[in-house]
Order: sequence, then C-alpha cells, then structure tokens
Amino acid sequence: MPEVRRLMETETAFDQALWSKFAQQGWTGIIFPEQYDGFGLGMVEMAAALEEMGRALVPGPFISTVLLAGTLLDHAGTDEQKRKYLGAICRGEARSTLALLEHSASWDLDAVQLEATSLPNGGFKLNGEKLFVSDAAVADFLLVAVRIEGELAVLMVPGDAPELEKTATPGMDLTRRLYRISFANVIASAENLLCRGKLARQALEAALDVACLGAVAEMVGGIQSLVDMTIAYAKTRKQFGRPIGAFQAVQHQCADMLVVLEGSRSALYYAAWALSENDPAAGRAISVAKAYVSEAYREAGNKSIQVQGGMGFTWENDAHLHYRRAKASEIAFGDAAYHRERIAKSLFDREPLRNEVSVAAD
Amino acid sequence: MDLNLNPQETEFRDELRAWLQNNVPLDWETHRLRDSMEGRFQFLRAWQKRVFEAGWAGVAWPKEYGGRGASLMEQVIFTQEMAAAGAPPLANILGLALIGPTIITYGTQAQKKRYLANILSGDEIWCQGFSEPNAGSDLAGLRTEALLDGDHFIVNGQKVWNSYGWAADWCALVTRSDPASEKHKGLTYLLVDMKSPGVEVRPLRQLTGESEFTELFFRDVHVPAENVLGAVGDGWNVALGILAHERATLGVSAQIAMRRQLDRLVELSREMWRNGRRALEDPLVRQKLAQAYVENEILRLNQMRAVSRIIQTGAPGPEGSILKIGWSEANQRFQATAQEILGPYAQLTGESDLAIDNGAWSYSYLRARGNTIEAGTSEIQRNIIGQHVLGLPKSY
Repeated sequence: MPEVRRLMETETAFDQALWSKFAQQGWTGIIFPEQYDGFGLGMVEMAAALEEMGRALVPGPFISTVLLAGTLLDHAGTDEQKRKYLGAICRGEARSTLALLEHSASWDLDAVQLEATSLPNGGFKLNGEKLFVSDAAVADFLLVAVRIEGELAVLMVPGDAPELEKTATPGMDLTRRLYRISFANVIASAENLLCRGKLARQALEAALDVACLGAVAEMVGGIQSLVDMTIAYAKTRKQFGRPIGAFQAVQHQCADMLVVLEGSRSALYYAAWALSENDPAAGRAISVAKAYVSEAYREAGNKSIQVQGGMGFTWENDAHLHYRRAKASEIAFGDAAYHRERIAKSLFDREPLRNEVSVAAD
Repeated sequence: MDLNLNPQETEFRDELRAWLQNNVPLDWETHRLRDSMEGRFQFLRAWQKRVFEAGWAGVAWPKEYGGRGASLMEQVIFTQEMAAAGAPPLANILGLALIGPTIITYGTQAQKKRYLANILSGDEIWCQGFSEPNAGSDLAGLRTEALLDGDHFIVNGQKVWNSYGWAADWCALVTRSDPASEKHKGLTYLLVDMKSPGVEVRPLRQLTGESEFTELFFRDVHVPAENVLGAVGDGWNVALGILAHERATLGVSAQIAMRRQLDRLVELSREMWRNGRRALEDPLVRQKLAQAYVENEILRLNQMRAVSRIIQTGAPGPEGSILKIGWSEANQRFQATAQEILGPYAQLTGESDLAIDNGAWSYSYLRARGNTIEAGTSEIQRNIIGQHVLGLPKSY
C-alpha cells in the first residue's frame, strides 16, 4: 500500500522496476503463446493473477498493455507483427494501450468515427482526437481504432510521434491515468495497419472482452481487500463498551459485503471458464460479471467507508483508494447499464425458443 | 470445479429426462387451476406414486432403503431436470428430503423398517413441528414439553408454521423432554402419529389467502417411548442435521422456478404495449429484465460453487446463508420488476378473466413476501454470516 501511495503521487503511476518484476514472473505475457515469449496460461489463471493485483491495487498499465493491446495484437497481427510487438510486450520491453473512445464516450465500436485518410503511398493520415485513453503517457506505441473509408480499422502509432499530443485528463482513480490524444497530421505507414473490416471488429471485440474480464478480476480482488479491512476495523474499533462489529446495523453491512463478494467471484470464474472453453455464451457471461461486479465493488466501497466512520473518510484510510478505483473500473469497458443492454440483445432479440413440451396422457 | 458432467451423471440425467418426457402430465398446472388445496394435494400424491413406482422417488437415499444412492451432483441434476420439465412437485417433500434422511441417519432398524417405505411411496405424509408462537428465530426457546411416563411420553404444547400439517399422517416433533433445561439442551425429537388423541390441527391462513401451513396443538398426547429419534436430550443435534442437509440443495429449485418465470416475462414483454411501443423495446424494461437475468445467473453460479465445495469437503458451510439471502431477496426484486412491467394487469387475480396467466403473477408477488421470513429470516442469515463466517462478535 505505501508503494501504491508513492506511485499515485507520480506523473504516470508507472514504475519500471515493478514492471520488470512482472516480466520476470511471466505476467506480462501471461495468456500469450510461448512462441512470442508468452507464458501460455489460460483465462482462469489470468483471472486469478488479476484478482491478486486488484487486491493490492497495483497501479499502472497492466490491463492496457497486456490484456487490451496484447490481445488485439494476438488476434490481428501478422506473425511478423506479433514477433515484434507482442513479443516486446511479453518480454516486458514495451507498454501499449488502445485509443478507442471519442467525444461521445461510448464503448460501442459503431461510435468510432475518427477518420484515417488513405495516402497515395499506402499509408494513412490521422487528424482528430481520442479521449479516455488509459496510460497513454507511458505507451511505446498506441493502437488506435479508426475508420478507413467508413470501415473499422486499427492503426499502430509510435508513442513518441511528434504530431501526437498527449494531455493528462486527471480522474478520480489516481492509480491509472487517463489521457486525451490529439492527432495533427499523424502519418501511419501501410505496414502499421494492424487490421480492418471484419477482422478489426472481431479483434477489438475479443480484446475488449479479455480486458473487461481482467478488470472484473481486479475488482473482485478489490472487494476482498475492502471486506478484509472493514472486518478488521469492526473487530477492533470499540464504542459503547464493545467492538462495533457487535452491533447488527454494522454486522449486517459487513454480511452484505460478503454476499456481493461471493456472487462476484462466482460470476468471474464462470465467465473466465466460459471464455477459456470458447463457449458461445462467454460474451454474455462476461457481461453478467461486469454488470454485477461494477455495482458490487462500488457498493462495497460505500459500505466500507460507512462502517469505518470518521476514519473511513480520511485521506490516509485505504478505502477511498478502492472507492476511486471502483468508479473508474465501473466505467471502463462498459458500465452495468451498457452490459445489461448487451445481455438484452443477446438474450431477447431473437426468435423465442420453442417450449420443451412434455407429452403424456393425463 | 468441473462444470461438465461425467459419464455416470450424463447417463443419470438422460434416463431421467427421457422418463419425464414420457410421464409428466401435459399442461397439468392449467388443468388443476380450479382445484381446492386438498384436491391438488391428492393429485400430487398420485404423481409421487407414479414417480416412486418408476424408481425416481428419494434418489438421494441409499439403495438399501429404496433410493438410488445418488451423488450430490446427481441430486442437483434431479432437481434441475424435474424443474426444467415443469414436473409437479412430490407431495411428501418433507418426508423425502428431510425426515426420511434423518431417520436413515439416526433411526433404529425398527424405525427404518416402519417408516421409510411409506415415505417413499407417499402412503404416509409427514410434517415437521419446530417453530412455536414464542420460538421462531429463537428456536432454542421452544417450550413444547414431552414428559416420560413409563413407556410413553406425554406431550403438551403448540407448534406453528407447519407445512402440510393439514395433510400429514405423521409429525417429526422437537420437544423439551427435560423441563429444567434451557435453550439447546434437553430437547428430544419425537415421531408422532397425527391421529393420536389430543392432536388438533388448525389451518393458518397466510396473506395470499390460502393455508399452506397449520398450527398444531398437543394436549396430553401419548407418544410411545420407542418413537424417539436419536437419543433423548439430543434433539438439537438431530434438528441441526436436518437444517444443514436442507441447505445443500437449497435454492436450486427456487432459482429454476424464477428463471422459468423470467423467460415467461420476456415472452409477455414481446406482446405487451408500454409507453407507445412493445415493452421489450422499452429501454427501461430491457434493463430490468437483463438485471433479473444477471441476478438469476449469480444464484445459479453460487449454487454450483456451493455444491462443488460440499463435494470437495463433504460438509455444507455457512454459505447456505448466502444462498438463502440470494434467492429470497432476488425473487422479491424480480416479483417487483414483473409487477412493474406487466402494468395494471399484474394486480388481477385468478378470479378475473383479464388476469395474466390465470393470476399467477399476483399470486407469486404476494407469496414472495414470505421468502425473506421463512426458512430463517434475512436478519438471522446476516447474523449467521457475521458471526460464523466473518468472525464478528455475537450481536445478541
């Protein structure tokens, strides 16, 4: 926690030494193939690792780099691009992120409007803005969702391109920074086109699903941390001659925190398992988890601060760090309402199933 | 945990599914709508007889007592398949699920021989006597007394909230056999013939209008001494065993029933109009239906994890309280959602020809009010979680 607070005060919340440790353990390549220097683990293992990271409130660009950009490259890159860019991520040599949202602030791929103009030499020119880009300041290269002649596409742009301006847009969560990216005639060469059309849509959907799952895992870890600190407080803080945990109004709030923690965990590991099995309903399972956990983490933060009373309201208390992370995570990759609509589309907007009628003489 | 069924479980499921497909009475709920409660019960008894003769009653019971020795996973499958097929419930549900297994665990050979077969066939219906007017959440405060007089006990007292008390032939009764004792000590579990002189059954009318439950009055009822289940004075442990056993599959059928209702609500939303368009196109309706789905999935997945934990450790944990809070409170929210979506029609009961689904929704809305009270109130469940899971000090 002291390390979290130290990084929170820095400009980017990124620490190279910590990142190198992750790389040594193989986390930066956790779900990617060994041929690209990945660790080759599955979604369930990824979820377990992210849960621990969330419990510790690890700051920095892990989800942006590994889950978001990494998955996009894994799905859409040529072998050459994967060896170069995905490999660099896996080895811990590079950071990256996805620039997706624009002014409409929508996670819908249909909302992408930033136009990449085709150039005679096969390259592309970018003018416009992306918002809410996570950890952009430390990205060695950015993956940018654009439209090429109306078609969805993803371009790779070097993080230090001179025509690219990164402006910090400070938010509540101090452990992960958000940026506005302004493109003023940024040129991307032909070989920096990662994908377009149907492949771009599939790759973006896959990357958002994996990153969303990772975010949910982080959130579950965060809820665990809140439960632990709240119980510890309720057992030791004494008023009216006894620990406040002996009062039902307090005890019942703690019980409610445990109830949402367990529900969150069930939803997370089912979604992770479904994704690892390539179950056709995996996307819906991820949406169930994101919808439920988004509200669970927020409410756990609320209750934790409430139970901890005046102490809970201080800067020094760790509950608000989770409360801030909870809000940012709630928004990232679609909030509960977004995912409920996604569930509605998947479940309701089709022909009604024929009833399984059991036929028997009465 | 492994969510895939092994070959034995698959075979079990397929065999049951096929039998249900050929035997569940078509549209039985519609046909039985105009039944009295007693008439409906006789129908369910006949259904149980059919299930019993096909070898599907008491699947969890050991084979030597007429069951199938079903594993916990198979028990879950059984509940799921019965619910998915829309099968009628088994009439002697308390006997099959709770009292029969308790007799198997604690009973003498003579008791097993005398009672078990009739539980399976439904020839003898069982109820339980636990709660009293002054002992609900504080069950250990019960005062119904059983005083030993030679070769029999003399029972005096009153029980309340007995499911099927009006249909029962036998009652599993928790009594205080040591008048000097307090709380959990000095309790004895007795098997009582409901036809014994001095037993009075009074219907308990609930807010939905009918009387699922009864009050039972015992006035100098003679119970043979050999009708003690377990040891004299060990009644609390016997009772706890029942509650723990219940929690293993608690909520499985509740979750499925809720899911079936949700699927039906979605279909109704396709047809109904709301704010000038089809309800299912209304963003608010979509959000509420999706939220109901989310909560139902959480119930289902929590249940699977709980079953998995029992399979691994052999014992149900206090997570039973999480499951109970889960299904009861989710159902209440779901019923509120359904009322909202169905609009003015939702309030109509089965007596009105305009009612939706013959008044099923107004009924389930009212009935759901009892969910957070029965089988351990939400407040008690939170106390259990607070004390036994989180290790917080006892609050009372």
